Amino acid sequence: MSTHAEAIEHGHGPEAAHEALAHHFDNMEQQREAGALGMWVFIAQEVMFFGGLFLAYLVYRMQYPRAFMAASNHLDWKIGTFNTAVLIASSLTMALAVWATQVGRSRKVQVGFMAATVLLGLVFLGVKAFEYHDKYVDGLIPIAGWFNPHDPIPAGVTTGQYQMFFWLYFAMTGLHALHMIIGVGIIAPIMWMAWRGRFSPEYHGPVENFGLYWHFVDIIWIFLFPLLYLLGAHFKGGH
Amino acid sequence: MSEHIVPRSTYYLVFGALIVLTAVTVAAANFDFGPMNDVVAMTIAVTKMMLVLLFFMHVRYSSRLIWVIVASMFFWLIILLLLTLTDYASRDWFGANVGGIMSR
Repeated sequence: MSTHAEAIEHGHGPEAAHEALAHHFDNMEQQREAGALGMWVFIAQEVMFFGGLFLAYLVYRMQYPRAFMAASNHLDWKIGTFNTAVLIASSLTMALAVWATQVGRSRKVQVGFMAATVLLGLVFLGVKAFEYHDKYVDGLIPIAGWFNPHDPIPAGVTTGQYQMFFWLYFAMTGLHALHMIIGVGIIAPIMWMAWRGRFSPEYHGPVENFGLYWHFVDIIWIFLFPLLYLLGAHFKGGH
Repeated sequence: MSEHIVPRSTYYLVFGALIVLTAVTVAAANFDFGPMNDVVAMTIAVTKMMLVLLFFMHVRYSSRLIWVIVASMFFWLIILLLLTLTDYASRDWFGANVGGIMSR
């Protein structure tokens, strides 16, 4: 009886509360909205986190426009375009995973969409690793003593300016890739929960909030792609 | 306020638009618009971001409280970028290059 009285006191009404309802929330709707709000505050913080790097990019780009254009030509826009498409596709499958839990599709459908998201994320990271290796082969790792571009640097551009582009390239895409690796680590237990049948139209906060994180990472890449890969396509001084 | 469920057809449309805009930004990079190069690239990127925010991230259907968080996110980012640029842009105004970093 005490549980029953407690339930009324907390405003759940006499009907049994959902097993996933935490005791400090009135109902599932309030719990879901509070969770989403918390996730958005976290994302706002993440925007500031990446914002510092975008600011550094902006400041150095304004000073060394030619160096950035020339260095950007070393990135393969075809690979960048492919990876952009892969990441957008993974955002679609993640949105569909959230949808599957919202409308109560079977756990196989839920896990399937999440597995597709992970798979596309891993394709992206694999391509990224391949690109990083390419930069290593071309002597473009921006560490003192290592940076030694094999291709000639255009006139009027110093090695230091060239190196700054690659420092920003590795810092920005590296932090972005780290977010994706962490994302794959976070979705793994959520997939396990989905497989156990934990998610339903009433309760799917973890899926929804992970979706917000994954789409945020997608948005970062939407900006990195033109800023890093597409500067020098019309620039004739490159290689 | 109950949760709004976005139909799958909306997600497919947004996905299609994002892929098309990716192709457009790649195509646009092959033309030299002079100082407008970055304006074109960033306009396309912001459009793509808005599609992801509004539909994939459900902001269009979210509560006003979440709109406030999203708006404040952009507000602080603009302070970070714009206020820093006012410094770099004004360093040469009085002849002396105080910071040194903008000197060539």
